[in-house]
Amino acid sequence: MQSAVIVFPASNCDRDAATALEKITGHKPLMVWHEETTLPKVDFVVIPGGFSYGDYLRSGAIAARSPIVRDIIKKAGNGLPVAGFCNGFQILTEAGLLPGALMRNKGLRFVCRPQKLQVVNKKTMFTSGYKDSEEITIPIAHFDGNYYADEDTLRKLRKSGQILFKYIDNPNGSLNDIAGICNKAGNVLGMMPHPERAVDPLHGGTDGIALFKSVLEAVR
Amino acid sequence: MKAIIHIGLKPGVLDPQGRTIARSLAHMGFDSVTNARQGKTIELNLDTEDAEKAQLDVEKMCKQLLANTVIEDYQIEIVEQD
Repeated sequence: MQSAVIVFPASNCDRDAATALEKITGHKPLMVWHEETTLPKVDFVVIPGGFSYGDYLRSGAIAARSPIVRDIIKKAGNGLPVAGFCNGFQILTEAGLLPGALMRNKGLRFVCRPQKLQVVNKKTMFTSGYKDSEEITIPIAHFDGNYYADEDTLRKLRKSGQILFKYIDNPNGSLNDIAGICNKAGNVLGMMPHPERAVDPLHGGTDGIALFKSVLEAVR
Repeated sequence: MKAIIHIGLKPGVLDPQGRTIARSLAHMGFDSVTNARQGKTIELNLDTEDAEKAQLDVEKMCKQLLANTVIEDYQIEIVEQD
């Protein structure tokens, strides 16, 4: 599987994502600078965490309007698998690829800790490697992770199985305890936790591996 | 012309920063404060004399970048540049 990691000014999990992808897929991902206008031919795109553009205006807002994201929107519409972690999730909502918005944490604190999650829907290309309702631990590190969407959108997300991960003991005020969602077609994932930081025993946990393996299995 | 854009959270969207500001003011003895909402102001200098066109342009800018209409409302004021 050939993957790509998008790099924005002030991305800071791009190398973590690249290391995780190489370890699990056996191929070094292509690092794609945000000013590129066309994605190389790849099977999977990761939008990494960080503080793209210093979180100016709103987290992810400026990055979502960059040239490469225009091409990602187009190709995601044709089914290309895309995952955004943390700031990547914020960018995907700002780009309109995922519904809702990520707001300031309810407690007004940056939260940084291993976080318990529940896998809500394992019938997706991102979660097939987990067990039904499996409880996993993945690190979180964010200030703006408080997921918001109007009641109608939340209902649709629940109904069509688009909520993939929920927090156990909600750390940020996120509605419906949402930690990660996918689009209706199921090929775009956004989540605040960092699976790329849970792929080696030295990370303190390996619960992120199944996510990357699920994608690998799906695109094979 | 100049555009002054006020952006704030929609009514009903929880504003923890506003709430903290209100609480702090109350602690300081300003007990008339019952609520606070925090927003931001963006000022744009525009190279046009046409207020109507300016309004339409800024409207587009708000929808496409300046505001996130999932959670935010905006108000636009077009004024003469000083």
